[in-house]
Order: sequence, then structure tokens, then C-alpha cells
Amino acid sequence: MKKRSGRSAFVFLCAAPAVILFIIFMIIPTINVFRMSLFRRSAYSPTEQFIGLDNFTTLMNDAKFIRSMQNTILLIVVVTIVTFAFALVFAAILTREKIKGQNFFRIIFYIPNILSVVVISAIFSAIYDTNHGTLNSLLSLFSGKTVTILWKGESMVMTSLIIAMVWQAIGYYMVMYMASMASVPQSLYESAGLDGAGKITQFFQVTLPLIWTNIRTTLTFFIISTINMAFLFVKAMTSGGPNGASEVALSYMYKQAYTNSSYGYGMAIGALVFLFSFGLSALVNVVTKREPLEF
Amino acid sequence: MEQRKKSSAEWLYKIFIYVALITLVICIFVPVAWVFMASIKENSEFYGNPWAMPAGFYFQNFVDAWGKARMGEYLLNSVIVTVLALLILLVVALPAAYVLSRFEFKGRKFWNAAFMGGLFINVNYIVVPIFLMLVDGDKFFLNNFGKGFLLNNIFVLAVVYAATALPFTIYLLSGYFSTLAHDYEEAAYIDGAGYGRTMIKIIFPMAQPSIITIILFNFLSFWNEYIIAMTLLSDPKGGRTLPVGLMQLTQAQQSAAQYGQLYAGLVLVMLPTLILYICVQKKLTQGMTLGGLKG
Repeated sequence: MKKRSGRSAFVFLCAAPAVILFIIFMIIPTINVFRMSLFRRSAYSPTEQFIGLDNFTTLMNDAKFIRSMQNTILLIVVVTIVTFAFALVFAAILTREKIKGQNFFRIIFYIPNILSVVVISAIFSAIYDTNHGTLNSLLSLFSGKTVTILWKGESMVMTSLIIAMVWQAIGYYMVMYMASMASVPQSLYESAGLDGAGKITQFFQVTLPLIWTNIRTTLTFFIISTINMAFLFVKAMTSGGPNGASEVALSYMYKQAYTNSSYGYGMAIGALVFLFSFGLSALVNVVTKREPLEF
Repeated sequence: MEQRKKSSAEWLYKIFIYVALITLVICIFVPVAWVFMASIKENSEFYGNPWAMPAGFYFQNFVDAWGKARMGEYLLNSVIVTVLALLILLVVALPAAYVLSRFEFKGRKFWNAAFMGGLFINVNYIVVPIFLMLVDGDKFFLNNFGKGFLLNNIFVLAVVYAATALPFTIYLLSGYFSTLAHDYEEAAYIDGAGYGRTMIKIIFPMAQPSIITIILFNFLSFWNEYIIAMTLLSDPKGGRTLPVGLMQLTQAQQSAAQYGQLYAGLVLVMLPTLILYICVQKKLTQGMTLGGLKG
């Protein structure tokens, strides 16, 4: 392209606003997460004081933090496996089978994804309510006696969270898998069928290997988004309670950094979780590496 | 005999598939529909069977939610924040994505990589540093001008929304812009159009499908967002957005049970997204697969 007058001025004018906003509201805060994790700053000592890695050593002995990490890992593992299995199976059914109203099912399944987590949390709170909740009343109906399970009690709260999170996520991943499954050529299934492969064999021998790249990508999504969604759900549904039984890493970070005003300590948690999510994603990426198949 | 056996097995398989699909539809659809039903129930009805049909259309819930619970005011705030954030985002991101994807200039590679990296920074990590930055900014304004205005300001909130949505939006738009042939610009320049005119009159209209996709996604994320809103609008008497107001209502409901109001509030939050979804569901699920990175 021939250079013309005013070209660099034009480029500058176009790029500058975005770059400035990006620096102020994303780059600087991100650097601050890591920088502040090395300082002590709180509501009572508002001036920053450099304390090196002290925040991190305190963290390692903080039982509440360890519990919140355990909960986070539990959620990553269980929510990923359950959502993954359901999303994959339903995507396979909707793309492979001749289903009446295929479009209708896709539309309904995607609904949870457009709702605010606050709304979903309120819906599930109504479902889980001990005395007037729909779930207990259904169970009472089927069992014939009054069921009063404390769904948000200490022993059940994680299960309840998992159900809500899976409910929210299935549609999203299903639509993703449907898109990549639709691109697998029909002829491959036909030849597999001629070789005598049943539907289940076809699923494992044809579908799964051919959408493997997509599956790997979504596994990274699963890790990163479960960490974030867990925070949103916990904040709106349980506030980490009862007794910290449902505290997750980021909700504990928020509690320390915002509610408790221990900014430095909170940011140390943030930095650690940030690195943890990257490390775990990288690990999963390496473990799931396969030769990509062509079709 | 063999033939009949096979067809009955297939028949069973078909039934199984439909049962699975319909079960999932019920699991997703019923809780949402239940909220709509509950929103027109009188408060006393909530102490009975949760599955009972509403005795009548108790519209007072909506009146109370709108006025007493200030949901009307919050709705207006949400509309302002969402529209403003979308406007800022489009004005800032469109030109930036255009020059970043189609112009050669110094630092282009660096900024492209930086915005790509921004995709991995979730706002949950940086919300507290952003908050502290605004606190510090407010202190500065308070000392120098006698008035701080950065916190509890829905306009600042809109800017933060737009800024944190930049990486995803620029990534999506750049992807589209880089597929266009350079002939379009060449022809426009030969006709005597300047850079700005070419961009606005020739390139942006062609990007309309991508622009609609980013408006849809960002509308949903801005409308449903509540962590940033909750942190930056912390004044208890000040303005709130709808999801934050709803969360307050959920918490208030635990002490003074105002179920009717709560579910009416839920309907107010859900309805705009549901209506939008019904109108554009095809675009949304298609757009998701091309820009799939939003977890």
C-alpha cells in the first residue's frame, strides 16, 4: 500500500484510546496484583510496607485458605467431568441422531448460559430451601414422608453448588461440541457402520478422536471458567458459608481483599490462584496431547 | 425374526434418547418457569406447597419490587450502564481492531500480543486493584478539588466494563477484519477517500455481522455482571445495577421473607435477556463457536 500523508496520525488516533483504556484498567491492575502481594496494606496500615514473601508463607499455614483451595480443586474436577460427559453425550445425540425438534432442544439447553449467575443462584436457593423448597417437596412426594434435607448445610453445600454449576454449563459446552461434531464427515460413520461398528464404538472410535483438538481447548476453558464461576456462585448463593464449608479460592481472596481490607494478603491469594490456573491448564494441555487426526 | 429384534432394540434406543433429552429439558425449563409462576403468587402462598398454581395474578409483587425494593431505579441504572458501555466499547474497539489487523506500524505485533494476553486476565482477579486505584484517584480529587467522583459512579462503571471487554472484542473483530482483501481500501483511496472515511464508510458496514455478534455477547455480559458493579458501587444509599439490587433482595429475604418481591425482581432481570435470546438465538449460538473464548 502506498504511504500517504496522515497515515501514522490515523493509526495513532485509532489505536490510542483502546491502548490507554487497556493499560489503565487491565495491565496496571494485573501488575498490581503481583506487586501488592509482596506488600502489607490494609485499612489500618494504609501505607504500603514491603514484606517480601511473608504473605505467601502465611497463606501456607492458613487453614481457611487450604480449605478453599481444596474446594476449588474439587469443583474443577467434578464439575468438569460431569459437565463434559453430559455435554458430549447430548451433543452427540443431537448431531448424530435424527431427532425431531433438534433446534428446540438446542435452544432450551442454552438458556442457563444467558442468565445472570445472581438469577441462577436465586433460583437454586428456592429449589434448595429446606421447608418451602421445590426439591425437598418433590422428594417428599416420591418417598411419601416429609424430607427436610439441608441442601445448603455443611455436608451438602458442595453437592448443591456442583449441581447448580453443571446446570449452568452444560448448554454452553454442548453447543461447542455440536459445532465441531457437525464438521465430521458423514462418510466416516458410514464406513465405520459397514465395518460393523455400533453407535457406541463409532462415538469412541470416530467422533472423539476427530474432535480431540476441540476437546483439549474446552478442557482449558473448564479449568479457567470453573475457578471464576465458582466464585460467582459462592458469592451469590452461599457467601462461603456455612462455616467456610463452601469457600472457594477467589471468594476467599475477595473476602480478604475487599470485605476484610487486607489488600496485600488478598492479592497474594489472587496471584497464587492465577499461577495455579495457568499451571494446571498447561499440565492438562501436555497430558492430553495427541497427534492431530486429519479428515 | 432377526430383523424384528433389531428394530425393537432400535426402538428402545430411540425411546431412551428422547427420555434423556426431555428430562434435561424439564430440568432446565421448569426452574425458570417456576420463577415466573412464583412471581405472581401472594406471600402467604409460599408457605404452602411450592408446586401449587398461583391463586390469582398478584401484580402487587411487581409494584413492590419496582418501588419499595427500588428495582425500577436499578433497572434504569442497568440500562444506562449497559448502553453506555456498549457505545464506548464500539467507538474504542472498532478503530483499534481495524488498524491492529490491517495496518503495518511500529509496535503492532506487541499490542496484538498484549490484547491476546488480555483474554486470559479475568476481571475477578483485578477487580480489587481497580477498586483501590479508584479509591486513590478519589483521594487525589478530594484533596485537590474537594470532591471525588470515581467511586459510586455508574459512568465510571461503564468505562470499566468497556475496558475489560476490549481484549475479547478486539480479538473477534480483528479475526474478521484480517479476512478482508486489501482491494477494498485501494479502491476507496483511488476514489479519493481518506483513511477515516474508508474505515467508516467501507469497512465497518462490511463487518456488520461481527458487530452484531459482539453487541449480543457484551450486552449479556454487561447486563448480568455483578462483581465489578458490587465493588465499585459500594455506597448503600447510592445507585446499583439490577443484579446487585437483586442480590441484596435475596439477602434481605432471609430475614424478612418477601418472596413475592424477590421473584418479581428475578423476572425483571431475566426478561430482557430471555426476550433478546428468543429473537436472536441462532446468531448467538453460531457466534459463540467463532468467538468461543468467553467462558
